[in-house]
Amino acid sequence: MSRRFLYLVERNFLVWRKLLVPSLIANLADPLIYLLGLGFGLGALVGNVDGRPYSTFLAGGMLCYSTLNSASAEALYSAFSRLKVQRTWEGILHAPMTITDVVVGEWLWASAKATLSGCAILVVMYGFGFAHGAAPLVVVPVLFAVGLCFSGVALIMTTLAKGYDFFTYYFTLLVTPMGFLSGVFFPLHQLPHAVQSAAWVLPLAHAASLARGLTLGDPMPWPWLSLAVLLAYGVAGVCVAAWIARRRLTK
Amino acid sequence: MLTPPESPAAPRVALPPVCATAAVTNGAANPPPMLRVEALRKLYGGREVVRNLSFSVRRGECFGILGPNGAGKTTTLRCCLGLTYADGGTIELGGLPVPEAARVARYRVGVVPQFDNLDPDFTVTENLVMFARYFDIPGRVARERVPRLLEFAGLADRAKARIDQLSGGMKRRLTLARALINDPDVLFLDEPTTGLDPQARHLIWDGLKRLVAGGKTLILTTHFMDEAERLCNRLCVMDEGSIIALDTPRGLIEKLIEPVVVEVYGEGVAGWAESHARAVVDRLEVTGETAFCYMHDPELLLALTRADPEFKVLRRAANLEDVFIKLTGRDIRD
Repeated sequence: MSRRFLYLVERNFLVWRKLLVPSLIANLADPLIYLLGLGFGLGALVGNVDGRPYSTFLAGGMLCYSTLNSASAEALYSAFSRLKVQRTWEGILHAPMTITDVVVGEWLWASAKATLSGCAILVVMYGFGFAHGAAPLVVVPVLFAVGLCFSGVALIMTTLAKGYDFFTYYFTLLVTPMGFLSGVFFPLHQLPHAVQSAAWVLPLAHAASLARGLTLGDPMPWPWLSLAVLLAYGVAGVCVAAWIARRRLTK
Repeated sequence: MLTPPESPAAPRVALPPVCATAAVTNGAANPPPMLRVEALRKLYGGREVVRNLSFSVRRGECFGILGPNGAGKTTTLRCCLGLTYADGGTIELGGLPVPEAARVARYRVGVVPQFDNLDPDFTVTENLVMFARYFDIPGRVARERVPRLLEFAGLADRAKARIDQLSGGMKRRLTLARALINDPDVLFLDEPTTGLDPQARHLIWDGLKRLVAGGKTLILTTHFMDEAERLCNRLCVMDEGSIIALDTPRGLIEKLIEPVVVEVYGEGVAGWAESHARAVVDRLEVTGETAFCYMHDPELLLALTRADPEFKVLRRAANLEDVFIKLTGRDIRD
């Protein structure tokens, strides 16, 4: 495997750097609003969850959800702009780059950007005193795996899409239900037994389990399996996306 | 460019294939072509859009591909660049097989696509520097090349402009500059001046002429006959996926068409042309209220038109457009 995909990462990084301030504000503000609104507002009604304040519980879930959202937005909307609207991919393919280089570059870039969004939540968790010491930092590489997972899957949608509208289905039919089935906003054990078992097929349940385990010290049923599930989804996603992109662009 | 080492005095030894190629390159008499296309076929959904196409482009020439919309020009270029896969035939670009080695071949190629795909997230300079990176060119080297390229493209004062601040002509010139960032041997240009005003078009033509004078090989598609006539050393006319003529612009005009054209306009010209002109011209075409009369000696016809002063008459030399129309017909292609 060549390292040409790094040129695509470099390109996206250079563009991102130009919009650094609004980008970082969005990264921080959006999850912060959720944490404050849901965590403290709803938390006052809910009281303790699994033996800790709801806001702390929610922060652990938001760590993943924010990473997921950032990975999806970058791999769906931004990548699709570059694929279709701006024809950026087309231009790059006139150079000695392959479609695989481009798709893998987008995948890694979206994952890196998503990791940053997750880290923003981690900073907030430290700020509110939900996380302590150095141990929670282990979650950072796991956030990258969460990014790889969801940007890989999102790239399938991107390479299939005819327009931006298509992504609404992805969010409405997949991401949002998955959010409620994966223990992000409330514990998984609130769900009926059958649904709980099914939820473990979803990568977000594994992501949430790892995130709470590593930052809050919750028990993790299968940490290595969870990591493997995230990576498997991501790698499978990017492989399928590259295959679809090849079919689409070499037509 | 392939720069073979000085061949040592060992001509009797059987050379491996690579050296054999180099030896041929050394013999300036017959260098291998920059692009060789043989029996190329391409299907779209069962429809054959490129049919058994063969041509080759010599190093240093400007080769034009003319044809109406949908003739298969863009598809042919995309096959040659390895951006789409042919259903039959062989392609060799800069001595490398395409699509197998297309990526490597593209290190020596510049592309000006039909629709601009400049990076709108970057400035003019950043577009050039970033594009160089895709060719493994270090940023420092790319930045050194930028001023000359912007000078060439007439964009020296726009180095820091955003892409959306450029006019259509400036964008085309920047795309051309971008295609030169890797100092390519060969440039592929797909309708490089479509949509530009005459001033902008002439600027592009000047640039392309300088490139050919500087030894670059150009392969361009166009449906502007004056563009082809001005720029191309040789050109082919494509229609419905096949090459129907291939020669120098002058050769095409001399071989394929009568030298003189008289256009007669006016109401009722169709009937007049049939009853009066048909007998004294070599070939006659009537569209709407214009009769195109093709012939070697126009004197008889001109005498006839003087008898009907209500018609307007234009006498001119045959040009490439006449060849094109003769070969591809007058029907609209969409």
